[in-house]
Amino acid sequence: MTPETHATELDTRRHFFGKAASGVGAIALAHLLGRDLNASDASKPALGGLDGLPHYAPKAKRVIWLFQSGGPSQIETFDPKPGLAKLRGQDLPESIRKGQRLTTMTSGQSSFPLVESAFGFQQHGESGAWISDLLPQTAKIADDICIVRSMHTDAINHDPAVTFLQTGAQIAGRPSVGAWLSYGLGSESSDLPAFVVMITQGTGGQPLYDRLWGSGFLPTRYQGVKFRSVGDPVLYLSDPAGISRDQRRTFLDALAKLNRKQFEEYGDPEIVTRIAQYEMAFKMQRSVPELTDLSGEPERVFDLYGEDARRPGTYAYNCLLARRLAERGVRFIQLYHRGWDQHGSLKQGIQRQTKTTDQASAALVMDLKQRGLLDDTLVVWGGEFGRTVYCQGTLTESEYGRDHHPRCFSIWMAGGGVQPGQTYGATDEFSYNITENPVSVHDLHATMLHLLGVDHTKLTFKFQGRRFRLTDVHGNAVKPLLA
Amino acid sequence: MGRAVTYLLLAGLAAAASSAATLPSERVDYNDDVRPILSDRCYSCHGPDQGQRQAGLRLDRESGAFGAAASGAMPIVPGEPAESRLLQRVTSSDPARRMPPAYMGHDPLSEGEIETLRRWIEEGAQWESHWAFSPPTRPDLPQPAGDGLNPIDALVADRLAREGLAPAAPADRRTLARRAALDLTGLPPAPDAVQEFAADPAADAYERLLDRLLSSASYGEHLAGMWLDAARYADTNGYQTDGTRSMWRWRDWVIDAFNRNVPFDQFTLEQLAGDMLPDASRAQIVATGFNRNHRTTAEGGSVNEEFRVEYVADRAETTATVWLGLTMGCARCHDHKFDPLSQREYYQFFAYFNNVQEKGMVWNFGNEDPLLHAPTPEQEERLAALASELAGARESWDALGPQIAREQAAWEARLADAPDLDWSPARGLRAHAPFDGRLGTASFTGGSIDGSSAPEPVETEFANGQAGTAAAFDGKRYADLGKVGIFNYMDPLTVSAWIRPETSHDGSIVASMGENPIGNGWGLFVRDGKLWWHMSQRWSDLSMRLASQRPIEPGGWQHVLLTYDGKRKAKGVRMYIDGREQEFEVLFNNLDWPSQSNQSLKVGGGGGLDNRFSGRIDEVRVYGRALSPAEARALASTAPLGVLAAIRPDDRTPAQRDKLRSAFLELAASAGIRKASLAAAEAQRRYDAFLDTVPTVMVMKEGPSRQAYVLERGRYDLHGDPVEAAIPEALLGATAPSIANRLELARWVVSRSNPLTARVIVNRFWQMLFGVGLVKTVDDFGSQGEAPSNQALLDWLAVEFMDSGWDVKRLLKTIMLSATYRQSSHVDAELIERDPENRLLSRGPRFRLAAATIRDQALAAAGLLQQDIGGPSVRPYQPPGLWKEVSGNAYQPGEGSELYRRSLYTYWKRTVAPPSMMNFDASDREVCTVHVKRTNTPLQALNLMNDTTFVEAARHLADTAVRGEARSPAARIDQMYIKVLGRLPGEDERDILEDLYRAYADRFQSDRDAAEAFLAVGDSPWNPRADARELAAYAGVASLVLNLDEAVTKQ
Repeated sequence: MTPETHATELDTRRHFFGKAASGVGAIALAHLLGRDLNASDASKPALGGLDGLPHYAPKAKRVIWLFQSGGPSQIETFDPKPGLAKLRGQDLPESIRKGQRLTTMTSGQSSFPLVESAFGFQQHGESGAWISDLLPQTAKIADDICIVRSMHTDAINHDPAVTFLQTGAQIAGRPSVGAWLSYGLGSESSDLPAFVVMITQGTGGQPLYDRLWGSGFLPTRYQGVKFRSVGDPVLYLSDPAGISRDQRRTFLDALAKLNRKQFEEYGDPEIVTRIAQYEMAFKMQRSVPELTDLSGEPERVFDLYGEDARRPGTYAYNCLLARRLAERGVRFIQLYHRGWDQHGSLKQGIQRQTKTTDQASAALVMDLKQRGLLDDTLVVWGGEFGRTVYCQGTLTESEYGRDHHPRCFSIWMAGGGVQPGQTYGATDEFSYNITENPVSVHDLHATMLHLLGVDHTKLTFKFQGRRFRLTDVHGNAVKPLLA
Repeated sequence: MGRAVTYLLLAGLAAAASSAATLPSERVDYNDDVRPILSDRCYSCHGPDQGQRQAGLRLDRESGAFGAAASGAMPIVPGEPAESRLLQRVTSSDPARRMPPAYMGHDPLSEGEIETLRRWIEEGAQWESHWAFSPPTRPDLPQPAGDGLNPIDALVADRLAREGLAPAAPADRRTLARRAALDLTGLPPAPDAVQEFAADPAADAYERLLDRLLSSASYGEHLAGMWLDAARYADTNGYQTDGTRSMWRWRDWVIDAFNRNVPFDQFTLEQLAGDMLPDASRAQIVATGFNRNHRTTAEGGSVNEEFRVEYVADRAETTATVWLGLTMGCARCHDHKFDPLSQREYYQFFAYFNNVQEKGMVWNFGNEDPLLHAPTPEQEERLAALASELAGARESWDALGPQIAREQAAWEARLADAPDLDWSPARGLRAHAPFDGRLGTASFTGGSIDGSSAPEPVETEFANGQAGTAAAFDGKRYADLGKVGIFNYMDPLTVSAWIRPETSHDGSIVASMGENPIGNGWGLFVRDGKLWWHMSQRWSDLSMRLASQRPIEPGGWQHVLLTYDGKRKAKGVRMYIDGREQEFEVLFNNLDWPSQSNQSLKVGGGGGLDNRFSGRIDEVRVYGRALSPAEARALASTAPLGVLAAIRPDDRTPAQRDKLRSAFLELAASAGIRKASLAAAEAQRRYDAFLDTVPTVMVMKEGPSRQAYVLERGRYDLHGDPVEAAIPEALLGATAPSIANRLELARWVVSRSNPLTARVIVNRFWQMLFGVGLVKTVDDFGSQGEAPSNQALLDWLAVEFMDSGWDVKRLLKTIMLSATYRQSSHVDAELIERDPENRLLSRGPRFRLAAATIRDQALAAAGLLQQDIGGPSVRPYQPPGLWKEVSGNAYQPGEGSELYRRSLYTYWKRTVAPPSMMNFDASDREVCTVHVKRTNTPLQALNLMNDTTFVEAARHLADTAVRGEARSPAARIDQMYIKVLGRLPGEDERDILEDLYRAYADRFQSDRDAAEAFLAVGDSPWNPRADARELAAYAGVASLVLNLDEAVTKQ
């Protein structure tokens, strides 16, 4: 089946989790069409997804994206510039800035005083990767990760930048990366959504928006499902007060009987799909609480992730849940941690950020590795842009701030076929412009898809007459990043 | 269940669907069969996009397809497939020569596609222009097939006959009544109405049913819902900060327009260019809110022009999608790849929407300019009454003129006895520093002067001032007046002072700021020799800064005064020097984020060491209101009243006159005069206060023409050639009138010479009724869009629509009266395989209801629906924490009736749209959406079973059944059933429901607490007279009825 026919002609027969759900519908549909079905043909594990995908043998089966929203400073984390200390307070040379645009938060500043990182850097692991003293736990996985110092983006404000990174376009209306993958590759879980989103609570910071995990012009079914720490983990999951599980079962049986009658009368296969979706909802009501029940996790897990991992809504808890989701075959697990937008009081702010994320990020990689899951799980850590080498606002003895900087920023990737233990790309002595191996947002997407066995130029969806793709008409898989 | 097997099944359906969409006609048709192949497989390199065109070959033009290529080869030779280079290249066995090129990742053409091209060339290669770019003409009608059949049926039957299919039997009356009610009102029919229609033997019973539905006020609400999706209407701005806005007066205009059945051409004209109509009424301007509904950003640091361009592009693209069915956005960065739209033409179209005086970065907490007060009819009445009160009060005041003059003259004569008597405005005074003694002992209103909170010791010298002594400043010291003058950016205020700057005359006069020169706060400064005002949250982008035209003279005493009306804009500021109002330059006018300094009020300081004042300052006054011009002038006069009175009236300055008059009114006027004065002021205050409560709406307002440019790669800052407004050539036909502005554009959009609008609009109404448009790609009538499944029918409807004067109600009625619409929606396996989407129309429509209709139906059936029309948006239930988890704001659900309004009134926050709407495929309102998504997911099941809205509705549905006269479970179940489905359950259905009732009743009998907990869901109390256990069991059954496939489906 071509993507177009899959998407447009069969819209009404679509399923939510993948083939499992449609399988039920399809059995009945087959019945309707008077055909026999051979139920033993279950050799392919993936549920849903497009024919012909993956295009080639995937290294990664799933993705965990640890999105650090707000724009973590590369200068304080992964891109050391020791030479800045002696330039402190001097103006950024025009030869470096080259008239490139600034946000209107600093474009009116009369000077652009350089400021060095308040935190030191050491080399770690056999690879000798330079990692900030702010990230002692990440330092321990230095040989498992690949640091990319040469990411760059087109946008200079949060909304367009995060939207770009999560959907491949700055403007609204395009599907998110996770939606593309659940559309293209389907799910490996029969009772959990293919695309799950979790957001650290209580950090403050720049707002997020549904479109970041939305399905854009793809069918709604492919949008990310938020797993929440307040109320039901999945919206409307719990039965109303006073209704027992037995009652719900009785209810569903009666509903199915009546809906089957309706089907017998009207013949619309959509009715059969609806019956199946109610059964799937019932299954979810069991599988989701089981997923979020951490009582079976041994103490050493909490030693690894930190005590925070016991508290729903923390970053550590979400990292632990990410591992549990990965174990259950969820295709795309998207975490958001806000609060990296240090325009001022950066020293204080970034310590707060690293303190709440460093251990759990590293723990997740270690945990996946111990369980043998890292090989086929791609982990990505990073934000939407970097920060300026010059100080925003007044540079004082004790504090400084940095504005948004799209021309370079650092991320790291681990597992899923990424070449570990390397630092890729380089920036100039001001961490302002890239000097080596630039990686665009489209390149990052193309690389991620490549690791998942997908040729980014061939995962398309026809909308308004055009075959859209995640990478628009750009992007190349960055070969040196691959193992 | 095997993946491969399912795919086979699904693929079979897909194949069936595409074969149903293209007719197996005798001859290959260019528009139906050939163009789609050329467009899809060839145009991206051999089409309209000049930048990408390869080998100079252009296949979307007749001259290119039949003319010799650069190589001399003929791409297409009619009648000679073998000699046509095009066919040679697509069939070449050499992969390096075969088109489309494999090395660019393209798949070769399928055998079927090649065969189509071959046959077409063989049959003479008849070229046609793209069907949608020629104006529709009324087609010849086949003979109607029988009684009661209208032209629609004739055109459908013609198509069915060619397919060898027969139409379905008519739907039964109850089904039809529900179908029509859901389609026209979005609500289930009242059981009585169904009964009445079912029993009505008259021939015109159905027509009268439609008439009743069309005249119901719910009709306008239902149609407006669809229009709001197209118009990307929402209650917030979108983008990350996603603050609130108020566009509901525009939404109510839409409801009203549909209910009044405003002709669609007028409906269009007013929304696109109502502001430019001669003598435009307020309602016509409100209508233009359509193109202000786009998202706007308030994210700090945004570049104004970047987003302003984004808004203009959104208007251009939305207008093109909604009325023209064109994917104009594809030509924003480069020439369109498929349709004859160049990038240049994109920016020419863009230019129509480019002249609004607007900002890219907007206020996050309300409407942005240009905007208009849009009172409701009730408010309009009240405003008129207040205006007439005000006029009356002014009249009374004016009539007292001679008496005032007499009394004031007498009073002035008496002033000789009190030569030191002085006066200044007292109302609203927050701080007054006369500097008439030692610091710390001077008298203040509303503040202390001990200076204890100052960052360094302050010793202010006093020297001879304008009034008594003044404070002298040396460029280092300042006076700290303490925590007075704490204003936020929405508070009106006045600052007044006498100053005598030294020669180096920059510095702060009065400021509520800390020591950061670009920090939060406000201040009146001398800067660059000018009087300078600033109020700021963040200096760089969230502030207001103004500088007087006139310089401040060093060395002499001058009175400076500034008033601000608390409305965030520079236009609300007045600046005075020596009692004369001053022109000022607006340096920055972006006070778009809450600003409130918590710093103490400083005289001679604030804003850092470089901003300390050198010279003398006296008589500092700060008011918590904007003084009137007369009061402002009066403060510039320091002479006591007696001295002023001694000046001959003709020799007095305006400041002196105003001071005497103001003082007289306050101190000495007779009761009658004072009363009249107060009454006039009070009438003004009441009028202003009420006007502040009147909603506004953002509207289009044509400013001075702003030059538009081709933007290279779509980038806002890469200006290419300048362009003038124009319509794409391909749409204009041979005679190209000049269409110079937005109003002319709007007139052209609904003119007969435009081939698209009528077709696009009737197609969307068709989609509303049948689930799929006659052109399935409702948003793409271009080359890549799907050809109409029945063009004769589409064109007949379009012409009929225009001939009727664009009468929407009549159009809907015409379609719904057709036998085609009235068919039963039963389907069998063979037909579903052949025509899964019912493109051939051999049965009635059957598809899931829209999100809003599902909720509204539940509320209506439960008797909960609150049917008021219009008004501010409301906040029904939503799971707690949804907003909070992604942003700082919390969602506060409404109370009482707000929980039960129709869904189109639900407050729509774009970045966190209402979850139960999104679960059922509602558009997120971030961008214009006209295509319909319809999925079927477990989240929908959870939503219907467990969402408070539906659980509470089930309880009310049960309660009305229990309260009624029926006693038996069967009879009560019947009542619930008919309210939702418009019919009674069959025997077997009733049995199943009775079984469920008994199972629930058994459980609740043994667990009363559970029953009560179930009944307690929702804000409304449960009926205390009911037996909780029984009511809960019925509520369980009612919930099931609301979950039925039939309940969420129109069939």
